[in-house]
Amino acid sequence: MELLNNRSKVFFAGMRDGVPIALGYLVVSFTLGIIAREAGLSSFQGAVASFINLASAGEYAGFLTIKADAPYLEIIIITIVANIRYLLMSCVLSQRFSPKTSLWHRLGVGFGITDEIFGITIGRRGAINPYYNYGAMAVAVPAWSIGTAIGIDMGNILPEYAVSALGVALYGMFLAVIVPPARDNKILEKVIIVSFVASLSASVLPWIGDMSAGSRTIVLTLAISVAAAYLCPVKEKVK
Amino acid sequence: MNHDIWVYIFLMGLVTVLIRILPLTLIRGEIKHPFIRSFLHYVPYVTLAVMTVPGIFYATRSVASGVAAFLAASVLAFFGGSLFKVAAAACAVVFITEAILL
Repeated sequence: MELLNNRSKVFFAGMRDGVPIALGYLVVSFTLGIIAREAGLSSFQGAVASFINLASAGEYAGFLTIKADAPYLEIIIITIVANIRYLLMSCVLSQRFSPKTSLWHRLGVGFGITDEIFGITIGRRGAINPYYNYGAMAVAVPAWSIGTAIGIDMGNILPEYAVSALGVALYGMFLAVIVPPARDNKILEKVIIVSFVASLSASVLPWIGDMSAGSRTIVLTLAISVAAAYLCPVKEKVK
Repeated sequence: MNHDIWVYIFLMGLVTVLIRILPLTLIRGEIKHPFIRSFLHYVPYVTLAVMTVPGIFYATRSVASGVAAFLAASVLAFFGGSLFKVAAAACAVVFITEAILL
């Protein structure tokens, strides 16, 4: 009973943290739906695609590929490139699981790795509690899926100022995750500032600036993390 | 249209799900290698930082409101605001900034 109570408590904590994610998802998936409609998807197809993929950049690239009526191989490659960062995130989370965690919980948490859910997951201390992720997924996944369907069916109904304001919700959450640990750790603070500056510079430089935001994220993440790991290896246990 | 949309959706989904679950299910133990551990320690922070900047500056109707949201969210997060508070404050700052500027 104790354990059950704890599970539901953690589940509800996940739902609470999932609410801002879900709000942001509604807006983003809504705009994604407009692209899906141009690619010829029905609202049901869009909802299914979003439910399985849960990936803004990946789906965006995928829908454009569908629209172009490209070979099937192309959608496989473009999906790998746009979503490869989830492979890294999955590696990171594998280190946060208690080794005894069952296969089902690994599959369950793995299925729900998005930028945002990953962000709030690593923001918590200690081993991963799958019920936290399930709570966040319970609100965020339907929002993402339904938002896509609504976008396909209804196009642009939200007023512009609302889309504009809601557009920063996800970024606000990212900052809420990375700033507190940076405040308490000088090395992490420097790594994050370098990341900000490098990312801003890369977006305006030739060649790397022409890459999609998703590819740039991969290149910068790999380069900066390798440099940081080489220059400032972490001694203590990875939390 | 030569291709079936359902096949496209199936392929996208299959690739994405495999990318997400393979490392989690295959890597069971603790990674001991110090370099890889350090690398995995930094990856999440770097990814989130890289996705936030410059993305947040272009997420709104004006760069100014995006920058204002970035500063407000950073300060609030520095003083320990929760995810929801920081996200809501960022949205509010955009709304107010644009109400004044636009």
